[in-house]
Amino acid sequence: MQTVFSIGVDAFAYGMVLFVISIGLSVTMGLMRVVNLAHGAFAMIGGYIASYAARDLGLAYAVAVMLAIAGTILIAIPVERLLYRRIYGQSELTQVLMTIGITFCIIGIANYVFGPTLKTIPAPDALRQPISLGFRTVSAHRLFVIACGTAVALGLWYFIERTAFGVKMRAAVDNAAMAAALGVRTEVVYAVSFAVAVGLAAFGGVVGAELLPIEPYYALRYMVTFLVVVSVGGAGSIPGALAACLLLGAIDTTGRYLMPEFGEFFFYLAVIAIVWLFPRGLAGRAE
Amino acid sequence: MTAIFDVRNLKKTFGGLVVTNDVSLSMAPGDRVALIGPNGAGKTTFVNLVTGNILPNAGSVMLCGEDVTRLGPTQRVRRGLVRSFQVTRLFPEMTPEEHVALAILQREGRSGRMFASHRAMPDVMQEGHALLSRLGIAHLARHRVSEIAYGQQRLLELALALALKPKVLLLDEPAAGVPQSDTARIEQAIADLPSDLAVLMIEHDMDLVFRFAKRVVVLAAGEIIFDGSPDAVTKDARVRQAYLGSYADARSVA
Amino acid sequence: MLSGSDTLSVTGDRRARLTRDAIGVLVILALGIAGYFLFPNNLALLTRITAIALLVLSLDLVTGYCGVATLGHAALFGAGAYGAAIAAAHFGIADPIAMLAVGIIAGSIAGLVSGVVVLRAHGLPQLVLSIAIIHLAHEAANKASGWTGGSDGLAGIMPDAVFGLWQFDLWGRTAYVFGIVLLIVVFVLLRQIVRSPFGMLCRGIRQDPVRIRAMGGSVHGTLVRMYIISGAVAGAGGALNAISTQVVGLDSLSFTLSAEAMVMLVLGGTGSLYGALIGTLAFLWFEDVVSAANPFHWLTIVGALLIAVVLFAPKGLYGSLASYFEHRGRKNP
Repeated sequence: MQTVFSIGVDAFAYGMVLFVISIGLSVTMGLMRVVNLAHGAFAMIGGYIASYAARDLGLAYAVAVMLAIAGTILIAIPVERLLYRRIYGQSELTQVLMTIGITFCIIGIANYVFGPTLKTIPAPDALRQPISLGFRTVSAHRLFVIACGTAVALGLWYFIERTAFGVKMRAAVDNAAMAAALGVRTEVVYAVSFAVAVGLAAFGGVVGAELLPIEPYYALRYMVTFLVVVSVGGAGSIPGALAACLLLGAIDTTGRYLMPEFGEFFFYLAVIAIVWLFPRGLAGRAE
Repeated sequence: MTAIFDVRNLKKTFGGLVVTNDVSLSMAPGDRVALIGPNGAGKTTFVNLVTGNILPNAGSVMLCGEDVTRLGPTQRVRRGLVRSFQVTRLFPEMTPEEHVALAILQREGRSGRMFASHRAMPDVMQEGHALLSRLGIAHLARHRVSEIAYGQQRLLELALALALKPKVLLLDEPAAGVPQSDTARIEQAIADLPSDLAVLMIEHDMDLVFRFAKRVVVLAAGEIIFDGSPDAVTKDARVRQAYLGSYADARSVA
Repeated sequence: MLSGSDTLSVTGDRRARLTRDAIGVLVILALGIAGYFLFPNNLALLTRITAIALLVLSLDLVTGYCGVATLGHAALFGAGAYGAAIAAAHFGIADPIAMLAVGIIAGSIAGLVSGVVVLRAHGLPQLVLSIAIIHLAHEAANKASGWTGGSDGLAGIMPDAVFGLWQFDLWGRTAYVFGIVLLIVVFVLLRQIVRSPFGMLCRGIRQDPVRIRAMGGSVHGTLVRMYIISGAVAGAGGALNAISTQVVGLDSLSFTLSAEAMVMLVLGGTGSLYGALIGTLAFLWFEDVVSAANPFHWLTIVGALLIAVVLFAPKGLYGSLASYFEHRGRKNP
């Protein structure tokens, strides 16, 4: 029973981390129709910055998280202006090549600057203790991650559904040309959405570092995981992404607990099975 | 004459909306039928039902006496039901020669051959060039399609359909988007279509309809409201109502 | 309707095509001979380039000719490599031609399976499937260490002499000649296939699948067939790698190899067999030079190279050259 409970909590936490990282990817893909394979690399950059700030500079965890988000966005802005702008509206193959190129560069640079070893982000004491729920104890960190995921989901929902910017964004997702004709400055919408997406990726990379450890090949290792969330959940759909993340989190965590030797094997098998069953995503929207 | 193409009581609904209601249409070899109707009458849905891109809720489509209602688009093409597209769909990087060769090879079930190029097949080359010269585009045979004018692309679109040797040909606005100077060419090509071919043309241009059709079918709000001679169609009360009524509505909305 | 001059031009075409093919074969042969005499100590690298060239040609068939973007193509190469290696190490099939045949069959089967899976979806989901396939194959080979040697690699491959005449030597001369001959044979076969009716059908599918269906053509069936051919070619490359290096490692089933094959193809130019060959040669030569100088920055350089190609030469080396000459030819007829 304890096992089932821990699997459940871990799966939930893992799914939430996936959600925080990949929801930005989902939104930008829905908005800009860019197949962005480099999204995970931005999560990784966030992790590295936080690790450097908290471990090497000894800053507080919250400060490290803030620095990670701000730093990653600062790094991403020139990348978006110089490279991503060139591939909006281009063929899928071109987008894949460009974003894989960006990923390779980031991995290479991370490897050079930080070395090939795993980087930890020391969490504050409060997050390291187990918390008693009365009938069970759980790690505070897992609860923190779940809370972060929930906050992101609610915040994003509010941002998209309830703010003026959200209206513009939804208009641009539906029909960019029409939105532009109505006076929405789509390039501003794109730039802000890209920054939010990258910031969320960085945030997810930091809070999820215990579950998805930070190392140079992070960006490649989890690339398919983030992409499958979007392709199964449907680009731009928050509930779809949430459902896909929880499903993948459950599969991956269960696999690791029950068959640690074959965990990854079954994970990829499950990915293929899910995409095979829902080639157009869970919502089944036609392209 | 026995019907070569027979649509019986076709019905299609999207949700609660009936877009094709009890449509029947029969054609014999050599028929020249024009299908007209105001915007939103359900012409596109009808074409998609006939070509097999969407499945009807009820009714049947018979081709040469065979029920093809449940067959997909490719199977129908192989049985002789061929369509042209309203907006040209061609392969931009290929030449007209390659286009017709591919269609001829496809018709003969030889498109899967992996050795020898079509250029080494005299029969294919000969038939292809004959077809291109019949439509007056033989001199462009080896230019890329992306480099040739739209009017000529429309002619190639027609050549492609003919290369498949259809029994029933569906022309979806064959002159759409063609500059005035080129429409005569296309009209001539349509007039020269094989006389045993049954042709159903979907068209907005009434001049073209009157010159081409021996029979006019009018579709309005998903139903056939008229099926008769071109002379009678303008006098028909329901047709006038459908067209003028819709224009009147349009004006009141504007 | 065909006039005498048209008939003449049909045979004239044929001659022109055969001449072009002969030139292609001669160029490969000349480069092969030059490599043999200029780099006698580097034949192992040159053989590896030949094997990877087969993988890139194979990728060109599905990506360049059919328009299927895949990042899992090394699965086909790895299947060929492990097929040949397992045949040799576990079943004592040491004849190189037989090993090659096993590699080709294994590659074709892998091509069939990944073709059916990848073609299930379009766009992003298709890409996800292709990436998942290569990871799955990698994990499977890693876990089935009884058969594959796991992360240590599968060694103990001792190919017999080719036709009982030419022993595989320490300098890799036999392997090199074997590879070049194999590459030429494959190249000639593929030249035939890409301009056959079947090849034309594939190009048509890449440009407009809807039109192909409206012509009565089967899109899915054609693509699966091309995937099988592609698997045979990649399998031959994998088998060549197994025969020449006498060891097969997990890197032949990696995402990195898949992505690098894509980089090579795009560097050379998609949709042309020459592009695939030029891209492979340029990339691997470059890799050899750079990684000798500074192995630490290799991945960064690949990434930068990829970005540069997308920005400045989207048609690749061969494609850019070809359109440059086409342009000039039109200016001065």
